[in-house]
Amino acid sequence: MTQTMRLGGGMIDRSKPLNFRFDGKSYQGFDGDTLASALMANDVRLIGRSFKYHRPRGVLTAGSDEPNALVELREGARREPNSRATVAELFDGLVAQSQNRWPSLSFDALAINDRFSNFLTAGFYYKTFMWPAAFWEKLYEPIIRRAAGLGSLSLAEDPDSYDKGFLHCDLLIIGAGPAGLSAALTAARAGAEIILADEDFRLGGRLNSETHPLDDAPASDWINASIAELESLPNVRLMPRTTVIGAFDHGIFGAVERVSDHLLTPPEGKPRQTLWRIYTKRSLLAAGAAERPIAFPNNDRPGILLAGALQSYVNRWAATPARRIAVFTNNDTGHRTALDLIAKGIEIAAVIDPRPDVTRTGDYPLLAGAVVSNTAGRLGLKSIEVRLASGEMRRLECQALAVSGGWNPNVHMTCHKRGLPVWDEGIAAFVPGETGAQGMFVAGAAEGRFSTADALTRGMEQAIVALGELDRKAHTIALPKAENDTGSITPCWQVKGGKGRAWLDFQNDVTTKDVKLAHQEGFRSVEHLKRYTTLGMATDQGKTANMGALAIMAELAGKSIPETGTTIYRPPYTPVAIAAFAGRSRGTDFRPTRLTPSHQWAVEQGAVFVETGNWLRAQWFPRPGETDWRQSVDREVLATRRSVGICDVTTLGKIDIQGSDAATFINKVYANGFAKLPVGKTRYGLMLREDGIVMDDGTTARLAEDHFVMTTTTANAVSVYRHLEFARQCLWPGLDVQLISTTEAWAQFAVAGPNSRKLLEKIVDKNFDISNEAFPFMACGEITVCGGLRARLFRISFSGELAFEIAVPSRYGDALIRQLMQAGEEFEATPYGTEALGVMRIEKGHAAGNELNGTTTALNLGMARMVSKTKDSIGSTLSEREGLNQPDALMQVGLRPLDKSRKVTAGAHLMVRTAAANAKNDQGYITSACYSPNLGHSIGIGFLKNGAERKGEILRAVSPLTNLEIEVEVVSAHFIDPEGKRLHA
Amino acid sequence: MHSLKPLTPLGGTTPRRDEYPGLILMENPDWAMASVAARAGSVKKLASAFTTFAQGKLAAVESIDNSGKITNFWTAPDQWMVMAPFASHESLAADLKAALGNTASVVEQTDGWCRFDLSGAHAVNTLERLSAANSRRMQANRVCRTQIDHLGCFMLCHKAGQDFSILGPRSAAASLHHALTTAAISIA
Repeated sequence: MTQTMRLGGGMIDRSKPLNFRFDGKSYQGFDGDTLASALMANDVRLIGRSFKYHRPRGVLTAGSDEPNALVELREGARREPNSRATVAELFDGLVAQSQNRWPSLSFDALAINDRFSNFLTAGFYYKTFMWPAAFWEKLYEPIIRRAAGLGSLSLAEDPDSYDKGFLHCDLLIIGAGPAGLSAALTAARAGAEIILADEDFRLGGRLNSETHPLDDAPASDWINASIAELESLPNVRLMPRTTVIGAFDHGIFGAVERVSDHLLTPPEGKPRQTLWRIYTKRSLLAAGAAERPIAFPNNDRPGILLAGALQSYVNRWAATPARRIAVFTNNDTGHRTALDLIAKGIEIAAVIDPRPDVTRTGDYPLLAGAVVSNTAGRLGLKSIEVRLASGEMRRLECQALAVSGGWNPNVHMTCHKRGLPVWDEGIAAFVPGETGAQGMFVAGAAEGRFSTADALTRGMEQAIVALGELDRKAHTIALPKAENDTGSITPCWQVKGGKGRAWLDFQNDVTTKDVKLAHQEGFRSVEHLKRYTTLGMATDQGKTANMGALAIMAELAGKSIPETGTTIYRPPYTPVAIAAFAGRSRGTDFRPTRLTPSHQWAVEQGAVFVETGNWLRAQWFPRPGETDWRQSVDREVLATRRSVGICDVTTLGKIDIQGSDAATFINKVYANGFAKLPVGKTRYGLMLREDGIVMDDGTTARLAEDHFVMTTTTANAVSVYRHLEFARQCLWPGLDVQLISTTEAWAQFAVAGPNSRKLLEKIVDKNFDISNEAFPFMACGEITVCGGLRARLFRISFSGELAFEIAVPSRYGDALIRQLMQAGEEFEATPYGTEALGVMRIEKGHAAGNELNGTTTALNLGMARMVSKTKDSIGSTLSEREGLNQPDALMQVGLRPLDKSRKVTAGAHLMVRTAAANAKNDQGYITSACYSPNLGHSIGIGFLKNGAERKGEILRAVSPLTNLEIEVEVVSAHFIDPEGKRLHA
Repeated sequence: MHSLKPLTPLGGTTPRRDEYPGLILMENPDWAMASVAARAGSVKKLASAFTTFAQGKLAAVESIDNSGKITNFWTAPDQWMVMAPFASHESLAADLKAALGNTASVVEQTDGWCRFDLSGAHAVNTLERLSAANSRRMQANRVCRTQIDHLGCFMLCHKAGQDFSILGPRSAAASLHHALTTAAISIA
């Protein structure tokens, strides 16, 4: 027989049975159940084992504050450890496993830990695993991790998708209980844009768990009518299954919407969850309150749960953990629970209330002035021991015990911006103080107003005030007549004198004894107590634990509770999957990819691509028969130097600089002179940081008196643009200069090699003369190609060859590369990638990112004379610092191996032949190295102390990391064409 | 007439069109664009010259102006993006420069951007999964700069709640398109 503990009534749909499995056994529940309520209906009380002592545990709460009923939810890659059964919405096919037990839930070998509880107290690890230190990583930690902990990860990639999004509203209402709903109706009718978010899948909050009528009708009538009205309004966004996880700066909140968690698998393309960032002008916290337990010996057995939670199970889910139940309460909640249980036909063993003067509110046995002093039942509660007011001990048979130690307003969100709660003696709980969060209001149980009537009224009132601050007039609304019992409480934090441990933090297995020990050992701050005992540091963040612990600590210290204070509440309110934070930014979608205009063509050529920043660039173009990348790269280099090669260089940053002061501006941002650069000419520029270190380099072309195009390195395109904008707006706002990036707008190709001009002459329209005389080295101009397409031509060279860079509007980039390749057939034109580009620039001794590494100066690069002394430019003054201009300063040199068969490696450090290889003897380091197919051996460039004076010296290149030690000769960094004849051909 | 065949930012010879329930997403390469930035102290002269050229006015802050022969929208203080149909205005930048002279710096931006047009009841639902801009409240002929999938974009609203354009960096068109389509599919 299934669902033996299912009662009548409830808010479940009995016409929709749902099948699920727990620990391999099949059960059935109904639509509207949680996993916890369905297990309860099936008489499953034992759900998990505790963190440290492996104590049997069942359900404690009915919400997101659950510390006990943690399971591994779902299977395979979707397995999610530490899921709270109390908020896991039941769906057909749900599979859950208990966790932290071996070999089975009912017989857990590691429950032996419980026998050693005297040793496993607070600070156990710190005291025990002190030595030998080497044992920690290899021995102690693995054993501890095996013995402790909760669920286990699947270690498979999460197969689901997660979205992120952004919402805006006038008023964000957090919680859709009576306060939240009345606030929403008030604000919505006033026309405000509102968002009403609730972590539950059923709106209504505490009203769903209580039996009090509203306007003499079931509360659900009012809830349903309210929701129907709100759903009909275009200015309202209802967000069930959405947990607001934190309050952040400037009225921004984070919220996780569980879009598909209630389904077996999300529909194709749909997200599992969405992480929303909500921008709101005002917020109203109506998050209710959380019930707290009482610490008494062995208060953690399955079957012991909070009284308010039990009301939820019997009233909302029509499930009960037992047919005979006792209640232990220090406030009126427990008495209401007893009445609700009686109404469901459940026998009340007794209501035990430590208040001596409390009176019975129904037909149940009342033990006033009594406390529960112990419990029994290995895998589930069987009986409790009660110490009566007279001191007499009495044993009561019962299979469940409902406990209520009072209610804590859910003040968390008011504290995320460093608001501090204040103590309210009347309800023995902290209530919101100054919230700290911009524009936040609080209503209902969250502010310590526990009656339904108060919640309804306060929700409405606070909404009116909040909208009033936005100059929006909201009116009072007709609220239903509701109970207005504010209740009474006499604090009872713990039962003293019993035998056995009394749990405070169920999830982290922290007992009253641990708090006492921590105090005894000198941990007087609540923050220290928390960290020493791990109280409140589990996934539930101590929602049910913290208050009791700090009350006990206050008592030990002889202080009041407000004097003792609380720990800091931090977001997220409930655990958030890392995947939700990542959203769609996973794998190849982690960041956008930029494609060059010739990408499609390069794919057709079988190019191998490399990521350079966000760009995908062709690294080399393998040809049939080439089995090694070097074969392809060597071929590309040789073909380029022999005839002509083509490379897509669109990725280089292009910044359009215009204005009557454009030349002045460029003269200030480059270290070398640009003021007199003629129109139609290009110049290499060296850009320094303020501290004199080289920031970037590139060429800048002057297309008109007031128009320049600056080229930056690919890596620094954005940072140089940002630097220029800063200089323009902040350093010299008086200059008439306008900047804009055109990197994307132009497809640019380097055409390099002795036949480059011949090839381009077939492309460039005939009315443009690109002969050496008309278009010499460093010339630039606006031209047309292929019969009239506007283009730009620059005679610049990174390879050291006769070379050009030609640019056309990006949409024609694909067509141009095809045209160039076709026109270049007679010259055996060869496309080359970034590897060949790198080889050729090293052969030529051109600096690139490896050399412009954020530590090098113009002097280091052999360009000291480029830093003009006749003008002021960014970095020029600080480049003259003494420390940067020592006689033995590092200078760029070339290096070649004495043994030509040996490989020079970038990263190797240079030592004189006889010196030991250590930092003290370091002479410099190699920044770039490659195999030069032109020279037939490996080469490198690097920085060497006083390098300019050491040509011909033999050094050792040492790299302990790669076991490299070879002898190298210091040579000129210009391995190819040092006279520059090819450039000017 | 030159012989080179253009490709769209997504690499096609024709614009990409995607249709989802409540949303049509269109790649739109048919706009010529040029940035116009006022030279120092020349804003009034520029406005006058522009009006003469376009028979419209330069757009106000965060706005699009469609009053003249060609469209423009505000991009930054004293800076605008001018747009016109590509087929008839491929030389837009040159034409503008000729008309505006030294009152402005004009830069061709036609191929600096890819443009995706979103149309339909789900346009806002799609955009709010991608951008922090309040697209739901955006009025017609308003524009804002926003980040989508880490990319700096312009969001243009043509019809409130219904018709939008996203202008993003051309080289990242495929990633931007992927982000848009993923969000469109994800809407429940």
